[in-house]
Amino acid sequence: MTIKKVLIANRGEIASRVIRTAREMDIATVAVFSDPDAGLPYVAAADEAVHLPGSTPGETYLRGEMIIEAAMRTGADAIHPGYGFLSENADFARACAAAGITFVGPTPEAIDKMGSKVAAKELMAAAGVPVLPGATIADEDDPDENALTAIGAQIGYPLLVKAAFGGGGRGMRIVHSAGELVESISSARREAASAFGNGMVFLERFVESPRHIEVQIFGDTRGTVVHLFERECSIQRRYQKIVEEAPSPAVDPELREQLCKAAVAAGEAIGYVGAGTVEFVLDAQREFFFLEVNTRLQVEHPVTEFITQLDLVRLQLDVAAGKPLPPEAVNATIHGSAIEVRLYAEDVTGGYLPVSGDILTLEFPELPGLRVDAGFASGTTVSTFYDSMLAKVIAGAPTRDQARTLLAAALDETRVHGIITNRDLLVGILREPDFASGAINTSYLDQHSPASLMATLDTAALQVHLLAAALAAQAENRATALVLETLPSGWRNNPSYWQNLAGTVDGEECRVEYLFSHDGLKARVDGAEIEGITLYAATPDSVDIAVGGVRRTATVVRARQAHYVDSPLGATTLLEAERFPDPADAVTPGSLLAPMPGTVVRLEVAVGDKVERGTTILAIEAMKMEHAISAPAAGIVAEIRVVPGQQVDSGALLAVLADDEAAGE
Amino acid sequence: MPVLKSKVDISSETFKANRAGHLAAIAALNEQLELVRAGGGEAYRNRHHARGKLLVHERIELLLDRDAPFLELSSLAAWGTDFTVGASIITGIGVVEGVECMIIAHDPTVKGGTANPYSLKKNLRALQIARENRLPILYLVESGGADLPTQAEIFVPSGNVFRELTQLSSIGITSIALVFGNSTAGGAYVPGMCDYAVLVDQGAKVFLGGPPLVKMATGEEANDEDLGGADMHTRVSGVGDHFAVDELDAIRIGRQIVRDLSWRKLGRGPSEAADAPLYDPEEILGIASADFRVPYDPREILARVVDGSRFSEYKPRYGSSIVTGWASVHGYPVGILANARGVLFSEEAQKATEFILLANQSDTPLLFLHNTTGYMVGTEYEQKGIIKDGAKMINAVANSDVPHISINMSATFGAGNYGMSGRAFDPRFMFAWPNAKLAVMGAAQLAGVLSIVAKQSAESTGRPFDQAADDARRIAIEEQIEREAHPFFISSRLYDDGVIDPRDTRTILGLSLSAAHSAPIEGRRGFGVFRM
Repeated sequence: MTIKKVLIANRGEIASRVIRTAREMDIATVAVFSDPDAGLPYVAAADEAVHLPGSTPGETYLRGEMIIEAAMRTGADAIHPGYGFLSENADFARACAAAGITFVGPTPEAIDKMGSKVAAKELMAAAGVPVLPGATIADEDDPDENALTAIGAQIGYPLLVKAAFGGGGRGMRIVHSAGELVESISSARREAASAFGNGMVFLERFVESPRHIEVQIFGDTRGTVVHLFERECSIQRRYQKIVEEAPSPAVDPELREQLCKAAVAAGEAIGYVGAGTVEFVLDAQREFFFLEVNTRLQVEHPVTEFITQLDLVRLQLDVAAGKPLPPEAVNATIHGSAIEVRLYAEDVTGGYLPVSGDILTLEFPELPGLRVDAGFASGTTVSTFYDSMLAKVIAGAPTRDQARTLLAAALDETRVHGIITNRDLLVGILREPDFASGAINTSYLDQHSPASLMATLDTAALQVHLLAAALAAQAENRATALVLETLPSGWRNNPSYWQNLAGTVDGEECRVEYLFSHDGLKARVDGAEIEGITLYAATPDSVDIAVGGVRRTATVVRARQAHYVDSPLGATTLLEAERFPDPADAVTPGSLLAPMPGTVVRLEVAVGDKVERGTTILAIEAMKMEHAISAPAAGIVAEIRVVPGQQVDSGALLAVLADDEAAGE
Repeated sequence: MPVLKSKVDISSETFKANRAGHLAAIAALNEQLELVRAGGGEAYRNRHHARGKLLVHERIELLLDRDAPFLELSSLAAWGTDFTVGASIITGIGVVEGVECMIIAHDPTVKGGTANPYSLKKNLRALQIARENRLPILYLVESGGADLPTQAEIFVPSGNVFRELTQLSSIGITSIALVFGNSTAGGAYVPGMCDYAVLVDQGAKVFLGGPPLVKMATGEEANDEDLGGADMHTRVSGVGDHFAVDELDAIRIGRQIVRDLSWRKLGRGPSEAADAPLYDPEEILGIASADFRVPYDPREILARVVDGSRFSEYKPRYGSSIVTGWASVHGYPVGILANARGVLFSEEAQKATEFILLANQSDTPLLFLHNTTGYMVGTEYEQKGIIKDGAKMINAVANSDVPHISINMSATFGAGNYGMSGRAFDPRFMFAWPNAKLAVMGAAQLAGVLSIVAKQSAESTGRPFDQAADDARRIAIEEQIEREAHPFFISSRLYDDGVIDPRDTRTILGLSLSAAHSAPIEGRRGFGVFRM
């Protein structure tokens, strides 16, 4: 059997990634796209594309029947599910088979077996894979105190109590000693019963600050299951990996052999076919326990590709076509070291909140050993409907340290404008000594605060950037002038006030003033004169300037009121103040504005209600997270301008609060 | 096009001495400009700010397009008089929404922005420039009206301001009044006469008579706002078109009005490459003689002023005391007449006449670079008819229809000033470098002439001649003429449009030429070009 045309039931970078290998294999490609994704690069990269009307995953990428219909319409004989969405949906895999389409992934049975965490754990334990000791207490059970104490002793402390049907941390407790056990279990059961309608909880050994180690496995239809070594994904935020690497600095050959052997055993236990990942936690005593099996290609697969020099998508497609694993996969060896970072559109300091919006610039350097799997490009838009990962940036080198420094430098040189990202955090991690020495675990970002990791520009550097922004803007003003465009910039025969550019950087007000005089360029930032300036060149997009005897070139990009400055000193975003604010745009005091685009999900007050400072007025859902809009001060609700279900843009007027006396008049 | 080659030795003592002389003169100029900017002084500026108002230069800077040039005109008006230098009004050409406009703005920190005779002259000169060059006018109004003690000198001619505004409107030159403060009595007619009027809330006071006057006249108790506030005028009387919530809003609206004019210049745009000269304009300071009595080659100046130092000389071998030829400045073609050795002889006058006719034939603006002590005197020259030749040149200048721009680089004396399109010949613009002289003749000559005349008079009437008294008088007269020939004195009387830093010459010419091209440019037609 051969695959002639593959439909990628996914979006963004992974769709582009699959398309790349398919093209190399002379397999035609079909993309599917939702309304907001119509302009993304992966759609254009595919030979053909089918529109999935709608925006939410439920309307689009999770609609198995529509995707199979798209495959039929385009004559695709295989579907690659990527990761997420339908990739671990056994029913979808069955539906593909029923439609005569090859599902590029494991069998529905294997997916099913791994779908239930409790069942998977039992299966693994039976196969001799180390699992965390645990126990389940069903809804109807009512063990007495002695029974619970016995269970606790058997599992060992600390242990975790969590709702069997829950998620998102609700009904979860960490128990450090036998004394806390009874109360913790009963409260967790109460919470689980009220939140999920079922009081079933399970108990499990809790590994504090473990390392997250996973093993890539691969099986073919001939019954061969191999491993492609481990990856370490300990650096996480909000339970999501952001830095991944292979091999793990914590794993020596002996441990590697144990881990990989366990992983292959796990794969063999379920007759695994295709790419899979067996996840483990590794504790400080180098003891490891099975976590789960992911029956799909992982986001972080490129680091494995780097060290094994294999193309995992090619292997997937070959295996799906019934071919045996090739010798280079069966006898894979490790070549060097690779690190991947996930570049997210998110507000790190605001609690890693995902952000959406237009990407003005997204440009990566081209360096030997660097690989970029990007889902977005300059001029595209991050919507609120899906994951906000912009790209994966991967560096491979003979040693971990070389990969690390290469990746840090590459990220530093990356130009990303128009949307805030976690770039500075990633660079900070890569340059941090504990990370550099490999001393990491899943609590890394609790131990190293983002604020301490992210470099901030010092005043002198900020001054240079602000000056560069102003000089580039003036060059643009001169270049686009309708008259007198060749005259000296801002020329005055009686110079009174200098030309200026004012705005905010990270919410702080700033003001640059400058004058081109017979004695050269003079400039002030926030009233302080900058000494020793030599301007070599200023164009609308770059400024070559020496300040204090050091010459640098800053690049500047502008979009509406934003000026993005990048130089060897770092990156600065200046939001220019409106020169002539329209009084009609002035906001009534007490107005509450939408902090981000989203949907109003709930109103919690009504017009006329008296509210205290901090009272929630309404809630907005954006990017799957709910944001409460609360009263900045006590007062009376004077107006509510939105209704539940309404889509609002960032800055939209939601409600107006009047102060108490004004309302009483 | 031929390119000028500089032969200047920038390390020579002469160069250094000239430069030092010019830098001193520029420093003196800057000192006066600082006084203009200071307006009514620290206390009045602070009081103005404390009222939440913007200073006149702040208003202008906000009105202008970012990073666009602004040429302030007649900055030294009223210099050396009892009035504050600048004459309580700022005028100039600046770019607003991509349109070159004439900006006329009162400085309310100087005696409440009241107009004295110099303010009026400066105001009228700005209107004349707007008329000749077809520039829309932005009036930034905040003035207490006439400086009453000087009413005798200004009341009658002030009517010209209103007359000009309406006439300009009739020929398609838009006027926009942004009223920030007092605009009372006669001043109330400025927004009344302008095509557009924007009034600032709680600031603008536009009425014929204020509360006290109304009380006196009719006994009515009235307040400022009811008589002439922005709210009343934009809702009730219709005197104002736009209600501005504050000064910034008024400026915003003013810019929008200019934008909505969809203004189109009627002269052609720059047509030549506007590349910088090959030589540094800074060197002008060392080339131009600090002492006007020492001649210098104007080609060295041109090499630092015109585009790419390109200059195509007309009749270089004839009448070599005046240099004529074609060049461009910031892309605008110009014909240039520059004095080379001070004196104009018959040949120079004839050559200049021909050249002016040629420029009119090709609709090319003319640039006059003055460094002349006048037409040659003496038996030989009178007998050769220097008067006839000088008359030809003055005739040609007077009847030339292309824009003229005059710059007094070093000296402009006698009829040479007329022949080189001095103020009386209405050049579109006239500027002077900070140590250039202007008078009927040099101070020493003038004093000497008077002394000789006095001696002759004494001799003819047989009166004894008091040599000591004559010496004293001679010195006094020489000092007086020296003072009156000073560029600040000349500029103070509005006999030019400003004293400029020589290094800015190229920029100011470019701005002036561009302004001139807002109006159509057509040379004088009728006769052919005479070979004189």
